[in-house]
Amino acid sequence: MNENELKAFAAEARKNCLFCIGSLGVGHVGGALSIIEILTYLYNGEMRNLDPKNPRREDRDMLVVSKGHSGPALYAVLAMQGFFPMEWLDTLNRGGTRLPSHCDRNQTPGIDMSTGSLGQGLSAACGIAYGAKLKENGQRCYCIIGDGETQEGQNWEAAMFAAAKGLDNLITITDYNKLQIDGTVEQVVGIEDIEAKWKAFGWDVYRADGHDFKALEKAFDAAHKVDGKPKMIICDTIKGKGFPRLEGQVGSHNANITLDEVKELYKGEVPAWLK
Amino acid sequence: MAEVKDMDIEMRQAYCRTLMELAAEDPRVVVLEADLMKASGTMPFKDAFGKRAIDVGVAEADMVGIASGLSVQGFIPFAATFGCFAARRTFDQFFISSNYAKLNVKLTGTDPGVSAVYNGGTHMPFEDIGLMRMIPDLVILEPSDAASVCGLVREMYKHQGCCYLRLHRKKSPAIYGPDEKFEIGKAKLLKDGNDVTLIGLGAVMMQEVLKAAGLLEKEGINATVIDALSVKPLDRDLILAKARETGVVVTCENHQVDGGLGMAVTKLLADENVFCRMGYIGVQDRFGQVGNLDYLVKAYNLSADDICAKAKSLLKK
Repeated sequence: MNENELKAFAAEARKNCLFCIGSLGVGHVGGALSIIEILTYLYNGEMRNLDPKNPRREDRDMLVVSKGHSGPALYAVLAMQGFFPMEWLDTLNRGGTRLPSHCDRNQTPGIDMSTGSLGQGLSAACGIAYGAKLKENGQRCYCIIGDGETQEGQNWEAAMFAAAKGLDNLITITDYNKLQIDGTVEQVVGIEDIEAKWKAFGWDVYRADGHDFKALEKAFDAAHKVDGKPKMIICDTIKGKGFPRLEGQVGSHNANITLDEVKELYKGEVPAWLK
Repeated sequence: MAEVKDMDIEMRQAYCRTLMELAAEDPRVVVLEADLMKASGTMPFKDAFGKRAIDVGVAEADMVGIASGLSVQGFIPFAATFGCFAARRTFDQFFISSNYAKLNVKLTGTDPGVSAVYNGGTHMPFEDIGLMRMIPDLVILEPSDAASVCGLVREMYKHQGCCYLRLHRKKSPAIYGPDEKFEIGKAKLLKDGNDVTLIGLGAVMMQEVLKAAGLLEKEGINATVIDALSVKPLDRDLILAKARETGVVVTCENHQVDGGLGMAVTKLLADENVFCRMGYIGVQDRFGQVGNLDYLVKAYNLSADDICAKAKSLLKK
């Protein structure tokens, strides 16, 4: 996909994500909207050997969304790629749904790892990447962690392990939207100098605007050229990006949004999947 | 590769040798340790299989997460650390990343209960079974000698799903021959009596239980002896049948009674309307402490004498 096509896909994914949450009336809006472009980039060429007809294809690149509460963003992208019917987006968190708030590998086709208890995903991603090394099949593992999530100590255990074992097939993205539940990350427990921290742990570190496809492409392409080290792409993002009332707001983490608000934002253009 | 036949070995050696046999047959078998490879006895696995033995350093939570990721990739990871860390420190990782995710992670907690001896209260898990029993669908096993380690590790390997193995590391007198077959959900009937049913668990307690049965016999009391082996699922049929036959049950565990074998057996009997006189040998709401095994067995009233006294008090009622 070229940049314009990626932008169009992301706009559609953001819209689907917002209607998905809006149809329920509440959800993790902020951290879902901040990774729409990142997911769009991953699922349109960056991740290899994906097959919606065979979501568990052996040689696929895998993704662990460690900030599992961003499920609705991933669901929008997976549905658009054909992993399951678009209509499922209208079932978020309703009893018996296949789309729970937090990513669940046993519920949703295309989800590689169950997440939601923050801090655990990077270790699992290390296991997936290490397994790929044992299999010698060239698979990569991607992992998305939150900035607030970085406060969980287990990340740093995993960071040490990945560097010690030279897991250069592990590409981690920090969704650095600068906000967490109780305030700004800086106010709660600041994580700076975050680039220096990952570098000190032996990682190959990049910085990119997480909403800019050219910047993402540059960072991923550079990362692929480096052997022997795990890669960290710190993406500067905006929490709640694209939903003006919550954009950049602390309260966007888990927020009420009405379907009327979302309809108004999209000037009454309702997706076909919404009953 | 031939199966382990020489059973005059430490239980950790039985663990490692069985894993090596399985790994030689199946490239999916991998071992994880958190800087306790020497303690768990898995160094020979590393020597034989190189990168398939993963020492993550002192990072138990990370170890269980990595094991979960390896399971996503189709590997069959056996991760080990001291039982206190396996249960307490990695509980959320094992709960969510392994069990909730319905993966295939085998977690081994070594030095159960008083067998942690000189490491004392910080390292003495009296609560690991209780914690693990709360995890839906988890299989919980505690072998009682080297042969049962070999048999149960093979069953863990065959089982699709997470398992917790409570592993005594040292040598313990053989109870079973090398050809004995073991199954998840199956206990072993070691002695059939008609006065009292003693249900034991693990290497330390089975020695005490067998000794107690001998002492009781000298006093004309004929005990049934069951080696529980599988805490979850329990061997419902055998335990219910023997409880019905004797009407008197004493559970014997190197663990807190609350949350442990005692409560599991009690619930089974209550669910099935089997009313028995119940006695509980086990740790009664106490923390661990240092001491040698003999001292600790007495300090927590786990000894054969304690079992005999409990059985006799129930028979007098």
